[in-house]
Parts: sequence; structure tokens; C-alpha cells
Amino acid sequence: MNWAGLYTVLSGVNRHSTAIGRIWLSVIFIFRIMVLVVAAESVWGDEKSAFTCNTQQPGCNSVCYDHFFPISHIRLWALQLILVTTPALLVAMHVAYQQHQEKKLLVLTGHADAKHMEEVKKHKMRISGSLWWTYVCSVVFRLLFEAVFMYIFYMLYPGYQMVRLVKCEAYPCPNTVDCFISRPTEKTVFTVFMLVTSSICIVLNMAELVYLVVRACARRGQHNSNPSSGKGSFYGHKLSSEYKQNEINQLLTEQDGSLKDMLRRNPGLQEKGDRCSAC
Amino acid sequence: MDWGTLQAVLGGVNKHSTSIGKIWLTVLFIFRIMILVVAAERVWGDEQQDFVCNTLQPGCRNVCYDQFFPISHIRLWALQLIFVSTPALLVAMHVAYRRHEKKRRFRNGEKIDIEELKNEKVHIRGPLWWTYTSSIFFRMVFEAVFMYVFYYMYDGYQMPRLVKCKAWPCPNTVDCFVSRPTEKTTFTIFMLAVSGICMMLNLAELCYLVIKIFMKDSRKTT
Repeated sequence: MNWAGLYTVLSGVNRHSTAIGRIWLSVIFIFRIMVLVVAAESVWGDEKSAFTCNTQQPGCNSVCYDHFFPISHIRLWALQLILVTTPALLVAMHVAYQQHQEKKLLVLTGHADAKHMEEVKKHKMRISGSLWWTYVCSVVFRLLFEAVFMYIFYMLYPGYQMVRLVKCEAYPCPNTVDCFISRPTEKTVFTVFMLVTSSICIVLNMAELVYLVVRACARRGQHNSNPSSGKGSFYGHKLSSEYKQNEINQLLTEQDGSLKDMLRRNPGLQEKGDRCSAC
Repeated sequence: MDWGTLQAVLGGVNKHSTSIGKIWLTVLFIFRIMILVVAAERVWGDEQQDFVCNTLQPGCRNVCYDQFFPISHIRLWALQLIFVSTPALLVAMHVAYRRHEKKRRFRNGEKIDIEELKNEKVHIRGPLWWTYTSSIFFRMVFEAVFMYVFYYMYDGYQMPRLVKCKAWPCPNTVDCFVSRPTEKTTFTIFMLAVSGICMMLNLAELCYLVIKIFMKDSRKTT
């Protein structure tokens, strides 16, 4: 499991994201993960071996390095990227659950052939109902993790700048010792670069949040002014027996509302005159 | 996520490029990214370890290295290649958006063959022409900016053998010797030449697109 594995996992989520979500994912993979792997890791590669202190006292080097760099930038960025990309998996899990429910419905209505099953897998889920809440939560968590890590960086390495020289007094260093950091300018450049891309990602997440909220309000306004409008049926099938209707009703009462959303959206799924008691 | 994944991502863009665009992509992958990974990274691999200064003063080597090499060539090339290849994704996004619109029309009743939709070559006209031309323009801008950054940072494109360093804590002026200067100069000039070729290809593609659009317009009016 490496960054390429994460890329495969998250590419699947891409299909069910908004346009802004896709841009966010591209920025994460190209300008953050790729830059981390291809460039930043080699800059920090020799951070400990080239950390030199003006002393011959054994142990002083190690102690001072540990004092000034409790967690390396590279590890912090790796953690940040993993935590920031993981909420998208919540959405993936919810989508998989909805697809499972749709497949169950197909089996109950007697349309469990390969073609319809494939269609369930391929069609893009609409971000409405409970999926909307999951999606919004994932975006909020992303924002939270980004902000927390930016704060941690600022606390650990004030000003985001890498200094050339640090003065160390930790035991066993005799008195105050000058210690020199390797490649401080290059490290500062990459720190600022990663900071800027992190901010761009925060802005994209906020834009996505606003977009989702505005879209939900607009949809609700449309629904209130025109309650009889319904989208064309996705399946266009009919329920044929009362037994099956009861099964469906049971499914509907058990689930949280995603199926209800589906049936509300696709009135053609119900026979004329039949009532969905759980709707 | 490494160069291989970038290649996979950009390989998809290849389908919608012009012939010059395809040549540009090949030059990028074979003569720049591959050379970077296979050869240049080894040459610069020991750049700090073998940067030797004529002093025993601890810290002097670190400080002098940092002063003369604020950002390593390798990292600059990596960033340049990432920035230069990214505008192609704008085109990929636009094509994906067009396909999405066609699929939506299909769902609303129009008859379009879905398989054909996936395989059809998208013609570069209308708004896609503007997206494509903007992507080429951005590519050229990024190439030029990075070539200038290289020139500005390293006073030309040659790697000196010796640098004289006066930064604290070095006592007085200290001679520092760069590792493999000739090999580094060779690769710098090679990468510069290929960068120039890529710029020429981009310019040619831009001219081709502009001429094509003018010819199409004149054919329409006659």
C-alpha cells in the first residue's frame, strides 16, 4: 500500500464527486502527493546526516536534532495527506451501500439481470438525501484536518521558515552549541509551496461546501413551488404483486431514506394506484 | 504517485491532442522525465555529501552549500515538468465535461450510441479550441519562467568547479568544490536544449491551431 494504492482507491470516489471535488482531488494528487514523492522527499533525505553541530561531544548532534525537529516535515505532510484524503472514503462507503440497496430492489422487482446490475454500478449517484449529508460531513472533516495540520506546522516550526542555524543547550552538549541545518532555503521553498497548495485546497473545499448548500436550498425551493414534478423513471418497471409491495415497504421503513428518495424520484417504479405506505 | 502515474494520467490526454501535441508529449516523457529519473538524479545524488570546503569549521559546508544552491537543479526540473504537463489536464477536463453533456442528452431521449461516444475523437473546435490554445499558452509560459529561474539562480547554465564562500561561520573566504561539475553542466545543457525543443513544438502547435481556425473560417465564408 503506497501512494499509488491510495490513488486507485480514491479514483473510484471521483465519479460521485462534484466538479469542484474532482479539481480538489487533482490538486491533491498532482501538486501535493506527487511533489512530495518526487521532490520534497529527496530534499529532506539527508536532514539528519547533514545536521552538523560545532562540537565533538558524542550524542550532542542527535539530541539537538531531536530537540529542534520532533516530527519531520515529510512525515507531517504524509499524515496530513492521508487524513485529508480519507473522508472521501465515507462517501465511497455510502455510495456502495446505496448501490447494494438498489440491487436488492432490483432483485425484489424481478429485474435482477446482468444488464440492470451493471447499470446500477455505472450510474452516477445524485448527491441528495442522506448522501448529501455524508458528502458535506466529509468536506467538513477535510477542512478540519487541513486547518489542524497547518496549525501544528505553525506551532512546531514557527513562521514556516527553516533557519540556517539553531543554538542548542540540551545535555550532553557543552554550554551553547551552534548547529547547522542542511538545505534551509530549499526546505523553506518547499514548505511555502506545500502551504500554498494546502490553502488552495482549503479554498476549494469551502467553495464546494457553499455550492452544495446553495444547490440543496435551490432544490428545496423548486420542490416546494412544484411538488408534483418528478424526474423520469430510471428503471420504468412496475411492481406486480402486493407481496412484493410489502417487501418494498419493509425495506423502506428499515432504511434511512435513501430508498425513499429513489422512489420519490422515480414514481414510475410504482404501479398506478398502488400506495407506498412507508413513503 | 510518481512519474508513472503522471504518465498514465496524461496518456489519456494524448487521444485528443493534435499530432504536434502527441510529439510534444513523447519528447516530454522520453527525453525529459526519463532522463531525469534514469540519469540526472544519480548525477545530483551526492551533491551535498561531496560538496567539500577547505575548512574544518563545522557548519561552514552546510551554509556555503545552501548559499550557492538554494534549490537543486533536480527539484527545479521536477517542478518544471509537473507544471508544464498540468495544463493538458484542462483539456482532459473539458473533453470529459463535453462527454458528460452528451450522455445527459442521451438520457433525456436523444439517440446517441454510448460506445461510440467513448471512442470518438473529439474535434478541436469551439470552446475546446480556446481551452486547448490556453493550455499550450500556459505550457509555454511555465517553460519560459523556469528557464529564466534557472538562468537567474545559477548565473548562466554552467556549473562552476569552485565557489568562494564568505558566509558565517566560515572563517574569512573559503574554497568550496562542487562535485561532478562537467557532468552536471552537460545534463543542464541537455535539459535546456530539450526544453527549447518543447517550446518550439508548442509554438508550432499554436500556429497550426490558429491557421487551421482561419482556414476553416475562410472556407465557411466562401
